[in-house]
Amino acid sequence: MAGRIPLVLLACGSFNPITHQHMRLFELAKDHMHQTGQFQVVSGIVSPVGDSYGKKGLVASKHRLAMARLALQNSDWVTVDDWESQQADWTETVVTMRYHYNRIAALYSEASHKAADAPQLKLLCGADFMDTFKVPGLWREDHMEEVVGHFGLICVSRGMLQANQAIHESDILSKHSQSIFLVREWIHNEISATEVRRALRRGKSVKYLLPDSVIEYIRDHNLYTQESEMKNKDIKLRPLTKPLIQD
Amino acid sequence: MATQEKMKMVLLACGSFNPITNMHLRMFELARDHIEDTGRYRVVKGIVSPVGDGYKKQGLIEACHRLEMARLATESSDWITVDAWESQQPEWVETAKVVRHHHTEILADEDNNNDDVDTVRCGKRRKVMQNTNTENAHLNLLCGADVLESFAVPNLWKPDDIEEIVGRYGVACITRCGSDAEKFINQSDVLYKHRKNIHVVREWVTNEISATYVRRALRRGQSVRYLLPDPVVQYIQEHRLYSAESEKKNADVILAPLQRYSNTK
Repeated sequence: MAGRIPLVLLACGSFNPITHQHMRLFELAKDHMHQTGQFQVVSGIVSPVGDSYGKKGLVASKHRLAMARLALQNSDWVTVDDWESQQADWTETVVTMRYHYNRIAALYSEASHKAADAPQLKLLCGADFMDTFKVPGLWREDHMEEVVGHFGLICVSRGMLQANQAIHESDILSKHSQSIFLVREWIHNEISATEVRRALRRGKSVKYLLPDSVIEYIRDHNLYTQESEMKNKDIKLRPLTKPLIQD
Repeated sequence: MATQEKMKMVLLACGSFNPITNMHLRMFELARDHIEDTGRYRVVKGIVSPVGDGYKKQGLIEACHRLEMARLATESSDWITVDAWESQQPEWVETAKVVRHHHTEILADEDNNNDDVDTVRCGKRRKVMQNTNTENAHLNLLCGADVLESFAVPNLWKPDDIEEIVGRYGVACITRCGSDAEKFINQSDVLYKHRKNIHVVREWVTNEISATYVRRALRRGQSVRYLLPDPVVQYIQEHRLYSAESEKKNADVILAPLQRYSNTK
């Protein structure tokens, strides 16, 4: 594997709950980045968002972490990290990325003493994520520059249209289009965490959409009810209310 | 409604299962939920019946592997089992015959027929299956809308067989948002006649994992993890199934039903 840049994939999100679809993103991205000939994917990180994110229906992070860990217990390269969810307030994506990049770089420099060996860190996401860039007040421009331009994005989606449209409509994204890797998911699979929660509320089966261990956890803790879906109903998403602090 | 008033139902899925995927397994779950939602039935058993090698479909690997993968895939299910009868027959068997065979088995079933189901579960059951006796259960063929629509393909089905499957037994058909199974049923006299025996299970949220795609990804060394159960992925890796070579199998051979019905005058 001479000359390949080591790469770590970071997925931020609610993981409410984690599903096979989430785990597929990692598999697809790994294959794609390896196929470019430039990268060697060395690890993947699932970073569930903190409770203060304030998204409707978001269950406690301790559950979301536990479920993600159960889901990935048999994975030899993807792990779950709780740093983001342990922070007191909601943490900007770029801050989470900096944290992980620095942590990983420190580990590598201890091991090899060569700065050039430090892996790159890229954000793994779906096409919906690309659209969030245009929501007013949700992203700071300098954060967008850093996430997309400095680190890089890997966007997995079924069609290219939505992602390409989002890039086209944003000056910042267009400027850094070489740092945006678009990965095609050929399989038509619309099963999202939202759909899983809906099925659970209605007492329908979700088997084969997420690992059995996660389903068992959900049953044992009676997560995802009408009541849980109402959580944060009248609350604004934290990113929209958090005061801007110059860093 | 008292449990005794509900009719028992068994779902039978025939197909290549080359390989079995999470989508096949989801079909069973969706159908069971839908049918039980009517309040009239209790779905007591699901049967995966892989087609025999005599079907001669291109890329069809040996039945022994397809059976084993299906067994691994259904290990964690407390109601879905795998049946080898169809694949063990010396020649390809018409679906109607397979349905007939299983119906006979069901009528004869006396005792708890779940010896092949593990008692150790990795997850809690959705409900406790206290009585999984299939005696006198209805038997429905479980399939996708594409199978229903294939009834119209010349020489693929015997008209008598179609009549028997929908008339005497029944069909649970999983249909996607785009496909219009109701329209197809309406346009076919035989299907329309037996429309009461056809459960159209609408899949509101698309979940298509084609086995063709899976085989293609495997040929290219790409990951299929989370599209099929982990034990199946491992099995495929251990036995190095699905290569460019395996996909060429039966390339110049005519599909068994077409061969058989074209010759019959």
